[in-house]
Amino acid sequence: MILVIAEQRGGRLNRATLETIAAAQQLAAIASLPVSVLVPGAGAAGAAGEIGALQVKEVITVDNAALEPYTPDGFTAALQDAIGQLSPTYVLLPHTYQTRDFAPKLAARMDRALITDVTGVKSTGGQTAFVRPMFQGKLTADVTPQGSAPYFVTLQIGAYRADQAAKGAAAAPVRALAVKVDASAIREKPEAPFQQAKQAVDLSQAERIVSVGRGIKEQTNIAIAQKLAEALGAEIAASRPICDAGWLPMERQVGSSGQTVAPKLYVALGISGAIQHLVGMKGSSTVVAINKDPDAPIFEIADYGIVGDLFEVVPAIIDAVKQ
Amino acid sequence: MKIAVCIKQVPTREWQPRLNDDKTWIRDQDASFEMNEPDAYALEEALRLKEKHGGEVVVCSAGPSRVAQVIREALARGADRAIHVEDEGLASADAFVTSAALASAMKDERFDLVLTGLQSDDQGFAQVGVILAERLGLPHATIIMEVQADSSAGSGQGATLRVKRELEGGWFQWVSMPLPAVLTIQSGINQLRYATLKGIMAAKKKEIRKTAAPAGLSPKQKIVSLYLPEKTKKTQLIPGSPAEAAKELVRRLRDEARVIQ
Repeated sequence: MILVIAEQRGGRLNRATLETIAAAQQLAAIASLPVSVLVPGAGAAGAAGEIGALQVKEVITVDNAALEPYTPDGFTAALQDAIGQLSPTYVLLPHTYQTRDFAPKLAARMDRALITDVTGVKSTGGQTAFVRPMFQGKLTADVTPQGSAPYFVTLQIGAYRADQAAKGAAAAPVRALAVKVDASAIREKPEAPFQQAKQAVDLSQAERIVSVGRGIKEQTNIAIAQKLAEALGAEIAASRPICDAGWLPMERQVGSSGQTVAPKLYVALGISGAIQHLVGMKGSSTVVAINKDPDAPIFEIADYGIVGDLFEVVPAIIDAVKQ
Repeated sequence: MKIAVCIKQVPTREWQPRLNDDKTWIRDQDASFEMNEPDAYALEEALRLKEKHGGEVVVCSAGPSRVAQVIREALARGADRAIHVEDEGLASADAFVTSAALASAMKDERFDLVLTGLQSDDQGFAQVGVILAERLGLPHATIIMEVQADSSAGSGQGATLRVKRELEGGWFQWVSMPLPAVLTIQSGINQLRYATLKGIMAAKKKEIRKTAAPAGLSPKQKIVSLYLPEKTKKTQLIPGSPAEAAKELVRRLRDEARVIQ
C-alpha cells in the first residue's frame, strides 16, 4: 500500500495534499500498489469526502485528542501507531512546514528512510527512484531509499498539480482508525497561529511584478528596481534574503514563507532561483530573468532571459520601455 | 545555559557544480566552501542567548577534515569550544548518518539547548535537527524566528522555552516546551556578526575536541545519479549588448507575450 498522509485544518484540506495524491497515483502505476489516504486530526471526516472522490482505495480517518492542536510529539506517536497497523510500503506526505516539523522524527523513531522535497518518481534499472533537487537547485539527484519499508517520501509543493490527481469511478470507502497516544507525553504547548501584520500589499493581485534578489548587492540599489517597476506599471517584490536584511518590508517577500503570486509578468532581477522562491512565483504567465550567472536555476523556469549585469541591463530596459 | 550549535560546511553560492566520474557526487576538490547560511543564524542566536543568560556555546560539526575552517570561523565569532566528528565519509552523508554522528558526540555533554539551521544549502534534507532531537530524546521546534528563554534558563533543568515558529504564507505560532530542547533556526532571525581580529586571535587558543564517527552507520538513502536539472521551459536567451538586449526584450514583451504596453 502507498499511504498518503493528508494535511487539513478544521476539515479544510491543504491543496498540497492533492498534489501528493497525484504523485502517489504515479508511484502506484510504477510499483503496482494501491493508494490509501490517511486524514489525521479533528475535522478529518470533513476532508475525507473530497479525497474519496479521487481514485484511491480507501480513506482512513484518524481522530484523536492528541492530534489537536498539532504537536510533533502527538503526530509522531499517533502516526507511528497507525502506520504500524496499516504496514504500507511507502508513506507520502506534502513537504509543508508541518510535515518538516514531524516527519523526520517519525521516520527516525521507526528507523526508516525519509526522502524529502521530491519533485518526481521514476523507474530506473529495476528500482524505484525519487527525484530531488540538491545544492540549491544547481543539481538534481535520483535517490533510492535503503533498508526496510515503509519508505517515507515528502513531495515538493507545486511539483505535481492538484488537478492531475485522477478521479475515481465511485466514491472510495471511508473508515475510522483508532490509535493509542499517551497525551501526557506531549511536551510542546502551541499557542494559536497569528499573522504578524496586516498585509497592506496584496501581491497576489498584481498584474506585473519586478522582484529583486541578492544580485542587487546594496540597499541603495533597490531604487534601480523601483524605477523599472514604475516604468512597467509593476509592484516591487523580493526574495527572502532582501527582506531578511530589511531592504524591503517582509510583506513584499515572494516565496514559501511569503506571498504566492501569479502575475502576467514577473521580472526577476539578480534572483538565483532557490526553490523556496520558485514555489511562490512559478505560476506567473511570463517570467523574465536577468542574472549574471547563466547557470542560475531561475533560467530553468524563465521565458526570457538576459545573462548580464543587471546594473547595465535594467537602465537600458527603462529607456527602451519609455521609447 | 549550555548551548550547542550544529554547523555544516557547504559549497559557496558562487560554486559551479562539477560531478565526479561515476556521477553520484560532486568533485569536492574543485569546490570552495563556507558556513551553511542558516547555521550561521543559529550560531548568532546562540551567542545572543549566552550574552543574556550566561553559559557557553559549543560548536558541533560532523564532516571531513576540511570543516575545521568553519569551526575556526565559529570560534572566532565567539563560540567557546568545538566538537568535530571527523570522517571523510561524512562529506556526502545522509541526514540519518550525520545526525547519528552528531548525537554520539553530543549525548554525554547534556546540553540545555541545541540549535541547528533549518536546512543545509547542499543536500537540503531539512532533517538533521529533528532527527537529532529524536536521538537525544528531546522535544523540538522547527523554522524558528524568535527564542525566549525564561530567567531560570541559566540553571538549565526545569526551565522552559517559548519560541516563535514560522508557518507558511506569513503566519506564525508561539510554542512552549521544557528544556533541554532542540530548535532549527530560520535565516533572518537576527543580524549576523562577523569575526573581529581579536576574535580570530582568541579562536586559536580554543579547544576543538576531535572524535571519530561511530562504526557501522548505514545510510538510509543512496544517490544513484546526479545531473544538471532539466529545463521545464524553453528560455529564450536574448543576446547582445545591454542596450540591444533590453530593446529586444521590451519588443518581445510587447508583441509576443503582450504583457506590457
